[in-house]
Amino acid sequence: MSRGPANGDDELVLDTRGLLCPVPVIELARRIRDVPVGATLLVLADDPAAATDLPAWCALRGQEFVGQGPPGEFRVRRAR
Amino acid sequence: MSADRPVSTVAGYLDAASCEPLHPAARTALLAALEHGWADPARLYSAARRSAVLLDGARASVAGVLGCRADEVVFTDSGTTAVHRAVAGLLTGRRRVGRHAVASAVEHSSVLQSLAFGQRLETVSSYDLVGVDGFGQVDPDAIEDTLRSDTAFAAVQSANHEVGTVQPLAAVAAVCSKAGVPLLVDAAQSLGRAPGPGGWSVLTASAHKWGGPAGVGVLAVRGGVRWRSPSPSDERQAGRYPGFENVPGAVAAAAALEAVVRTAAADDSRLRALTDRIRARVAQTVSDTQVVGHPLERLPHLVTFSCLYVEGEALLGELDRAGFAVSSGSSCTAATLEPSHVLVAMGALSQGNVRVSLPRTVSEDDVERFLSVLPAAVQRVRERLGAGGL
Repeated sequence: MSRGPANGDDELVLDTRGLLCPVPVIELARRIRDVPVGATLLVLADDPAAATDLPAWCALRGQEFVGQGPPGEFRVRRAR
Repeated sequence: MSADRPVSTVAGYLDAASCEPLHPAARTALLAALEHGWADPARLYSAARRSAVLLDGARASVAGVLGCRADEVVFTDSGTTAVHRAVAGLLTGRRRVGRHAVASAVEHSSVLQSLAFGQRLETVSSYDLVGVDGFGQVDPDAIEDTLRSDTAFAAVQSANHEVGTVQPLAAVAAVCSKAGVPLLVDAAQSLGRAPGPGGWSVLTASAHKWGGPAGVGVLAVRGGVRWRSPSPSDERQAGRYPGFENVPGAVAAAAALEAVVRTAAADDSRLRALTDRIRARVAQTVSDTQVVGHPLERLPHLVTFSCLYVEGEALLGELDRAGFAVSSGSSCTAATLEPSHVLVAMGALSQGNVRVSLPRTVSEDDVERFLSVLPAAVQRVRERLGAGGL
């Protein structure tokens, strides 16, 4: 995981491109711990299941799915 | 082998939504019809007339269950070919009205593929897929909003094949009828298990889903519906499905359907109690798991759940080694590596997905054994992925 210079701020970025379901969600569950409560994490994913499973993970774990930006870019806010 | 048990019942078989084991009534009828119903039902000698009588009887019997006339029912080679032909025939019959079509987003792939195929052939100009709620239920008002003056037909299943949710067909039929649009109902998952459905213009079903033999589908077209054969026809089956009829298959399918309808109420309460138990126990004993589908408005025998941090294919393997046959809508179990379009439309978790569907003959012991091995099977898959402690 790296800082996201493309975002112009200190948003953390999780790059799961090339990883297949369920690994992107497992990586998200690990990395969210590094995100301050209230801050967002940019998840890059090209797994076809990501668009369904990232919001579903947020709903199950009480985190906030902010939305999908450009294709393959998802934003999650650590709510707790 | 006992004569009153399905020939293919095996302990741990929990995939009835893919195929219900052959009903003993179907087996008996099949063997008798192979002996007496082999001749060409279109000919006039006595052996041929025997075949014709058997075929007419099968048609009448299925029509009795569907609540329609015998001459509105034909047999096809599978549920899928029945759907393909239902769609193509509606598009042909209604082509002067228009080439637009409407379907729920959670229809069986045979419906969705028929629409995409029609678009490639330009028999379909465009089509709208109507979304569903989190339980997988379609909103009749949303169907109504998509109906147009050039809509050839709308397609809504009786119940979903992956999550078991029953669709509000009476209300869907009312909006279609008001708009003068024929309604195609794919009843493959519900026929023989749930009453009805009513309100259809064209209905399709599949015999091996209710305990009949494979290779027999049902296509029913109500009188007055503008359905025209999309392919060359012959004199058989009212010109709706060409080729030499599978008389023994049709007879066996009808015998199984009559038998399961007779026990449907008792089967419903027994299986529903077991699927209720699975729904409750999975939620209690497997952490980070989502039980998917409507809790009440659902088929009696089917329950689906998804487990976080689990690869569906690996979980099916664990369960198979423990002696259980189930299916999955997770992307890793599909040749396309795409998650199930049903789970996607519902916004449900697609990873670690398991569909359990109970055959009529399932034992309570089988269900208990499944529930006892599941938590450890899930945990093993999570640990292999390094996700045991998440």
